[in-house]
Amino acid sequence: MCLQFTACSKSEDEYTTPTPPDTVLLPEAMEEYSGGTSTVFNATEEAFGFASTSITSDEGSDFGVGNSFFRQSWVSAPSSTTARDGLGPYYNAISCSACHFKDGRGRPPLYQGELGHGLLLRLTTPGTDSHGSSLTDAVYGGQLQDNAILGITVKGQYNILYETFVETLSDGTVVQLQKPIYQISNLGYGPLSGNLMVSPRIATQMVGLGLLEAVSDSDILSRADSNDSNGDGISGKPNYVYDIISNSSKLGRFGWKANQPSIRQQVAAAFSGDLGITSSLFPNENCPPGVDCNSIPNGGSPEVSDITFDRIVLYSSVLSVPARRNFKEQNVLTGKQTFNTIGCTSCHIPKMQTGNNYPIAGLRNQTIRPFTDLLLHDMGTGLADNAPDFDATGTEWRTQPLWGIGLIKTVNGHTTLLHDGRARNIEEAILWHGGEALTAKNKYKELSAQQRSDLLAFINSL
Amino acid sequence: MKNISLKVSLLLILGLSIVACNNDDDNTTPTPIETVTKKQVIANYAEIVFANYTKAYNDAVVLETAINAFTATPTDANFTVVKNRWKDARESYGTTEAFRFANGPIDDEDGPEGLLNAWPLDENYIDYVQGNATAGIINNIALFPVINKAVLEGLNEEGTEKNISVGYHAIEFLVWGQDLTAPSANKPGQRPYTDYVTGVAGTASNQSRRADYLKVCADLLTDHLQYLVNEWKVGGAYRTVFLALPENDALTNIYTGIATLAAAELAVERMDTALLNADQEDEHSCFSDNTHRDIALNLQGVINVYKGKYGTIDGPSLEDLVTAANATVATETNTSITDSEAKVGAILTPFDLAISGGLTSTEGAKVRVAVLQLKNLGANLIAGAAKLGLTVNNG
Repeated sequence: MCLQFTACSKSEDEYTTPTPPDTVLLPEAMEEYSGGTSTVFNATEEAFGFASTSITSDEGSDFGVGNSFFRQSWVSAPSSTTARDGLGPYYNAISCSACHFKDGRGRPPLYQGELGHGLLLRLTTPGTDSHGSSLTDAVYGGQLQDNAILGITVKGQYNILYETFVETLSDGTVVQLQKPIYQISNLGYGPLSGNLMVSPRIATQMVGLGLLEAVSDSDILSRADSNDSNGDGISGKPNYVYDIISNSSKLGRFGWKANQPSIRQQVAAAFSGDLGITSSLFPNENCPPGVDCNSIPNGGSPEVSDITFDRIVLYSSVLSVPARRNFKEQNVLTGKQTFNTIGCTSCHIPKMQTGNNYPIAGLRNQTIRPFTDLLLHDMGTGLADNAPDFDATGTEWRTQPLWGIGLIKTVNGHTTLLHDGRARNIEEAILWHGGEALTAKNKYKELSAQQRSDLLAFINSL
Repeated sequence: MKNISLKVSLLLILGLSIVACNNDDDNTTPTPIETVTKKQVIANYAEIVFANYTKAYNDAVVLETAINAFTATPTDANFTVVKNRWKDARESYGTTEAFRFANGPIDDEDGPEGLLNAWPLDENYIDYVQGNATAGIINNIALFPVINKAVLEGLNEEGTEKNISVGYHAIEFLVWGQDLTAPSANKPGQRPYTDYVTGVAGTASNQSRRADYLKVCADLLTDHLQYLVNEWKVGGAYRTVFLALPENDALTNIYTGIATLAAAELAVERMDTALLNADQEDEHSCFSDNTHRDIALNLQGVINVYKGKYGTIDGPSLEDLVTAANATVATETNTSITDSEAKVGAILTPFDLAISGGLTSTEGAKVRVAVLQLKNLGANLIAGAAKLGLTVNNG
């Protein structure tokens, strides 16, 4: 979760006209409907798992099947459950839901050797291929799979050391931050590339993905300002990435660096990289040189059939966004004002419209409140992974949607945020903002304890 | 009997048919009306959950005893006893699935659901399968020199692998083996008991290791059920939390569980998914061909919760609350329950044969009819909840 705060000169006026204390603040009409008309009113641990109510009956059937394949484990081949075998040979997790528990957010391992909770390491080397994709490690490929089926040597494992330091807020409050350092060990197939770049990535909550896909390119691009021509310190840069199906370059929307053009490709990439399941889009196993993956039993070619895959994509597209909680509370509404005045909304765009031609009719023409612009921003060296990804530089990240953020604790039992889960709560995540968001972060540090509390109450209501 | 009388009198006063109240009406006399409170319904639910998990635990203990007897003396007769005790254990566990999706201890992040009932099973992670005679932990002495509780627990914990390797279905696989016959043969898996016999009469290899594996699974099964019993007993950790919830939150949780099981988990994931895949073994109890019971028992679990009944318990129920709030919805829900039982009952047994022709086959169409009926039941439950002022979603 990259909470991106920004300096924004045009909000100065609002900043200098504080609301009189006796004014009762009111929410906007429909403000609680974060995901449009089919927003789900549920704040339990199941909150991220509901289908949008606007889908058709047939889509509902597909959702159910997709849910089954998302939640249940994949097993190694051969198996009686032939529709569900083909795991690995190399993998990070055995099901989508291992990392997206209850369609929610993963977290870093709690101890060395704890596998499959949603943090993985991408491996790249300098340079790009003919499609603009980053080159990957010659032996280990683009991702460190830290597990393997029985009888197959695991590629390797990682360990995290945390370096701690403190940020001191202007009222003297001290916040301790932790920065992860990754060590890759137990390598099964020889050394890693000497010039390897490692980018950790956490699994995010699945809600509202189709709504984000339904926003038109032109709407997203209308907020882009790659060279900061308006001089507000905020770039907003689109990532253009390789789209396998059309064999062309498309606007990236999904992934921590907006490196996937569609939910379909994101899901297929996850099947391939995370589960070792082949699909029509990614037909090859991740096989190190010298290993004959053809000699290892597989679950068919491809391992996830097209019809099943389509249903999983549908499932991944229509998970409903939970409604806001406490959105009428005065502290929340005060925090909302602060969220705007210190510049958060420059990147965490509160409201946008979905387009009118999205394939899933129920997601068309919706007013949504995702709190993202789906664009890349320089977030500074503190957060940098230093691993370019298509047009994204080593310091750029896509603005993370904030919808559902306040329910992660309920659904997933933790509050870790950012691309590698380093922030243990929302405040730490804010304090990691740098680069274009440094001014906004510094404004946060100037807030009083009450103002910070209100701001966090607002974010937790999302 | 007091509660039964209460229900009858309520229904009489409301001018409703007492058909909905089973056949308890013939020897009861109306008593002055008492209002069933939400608090009573919530308390009765806790009683049902505790009683059902207790029964599941007791049956699992009996299964473990049978497994220990069989592995000590591996005969065909003892093998049959194990199979029967496994089916018994599934009878009592099946209805407990109505307590899932309800914010309870069975399936929270640390919940044992996966360790008890994980599906699908990674068979060749455990033992030999057709096409790989040396597959699995049982046959991998180098990696797993010893098979014991600590080893299997460790595997499940470390990989967070949601338990591909233990639980009811692991036991099922170790007892029945793969179902390799055509659905039309109407036969479950045909693993010979001699897979557990050492020496010249034995089949497969590593028989004593297989026995160790089976015993550990039985042992873990009772451990995990014991945990649930403890959570739900009077004074138990979750029961205490649950009873302290705001009433509408507790009721919403209860309703979310049964509506989700009826309309989503059972109807869609377990039945419609299998039908749309038309894959012979895309069914829960695929080794024993016992899936038809899983389905019927899941439905029974939903009905138990709605009607506030389990075993000898018959207390204040959601049905009572809905009846008081809106008699029409209550009647429609009961009709839906009756229809659900009929349509689920009409599905061909075994389930793999019912789905083998897919949606367009005669038998497949009956499965779809039952699916739609169960969705209807879910919708009726949600409608009832709405009459109680609750917003319930099913996933």
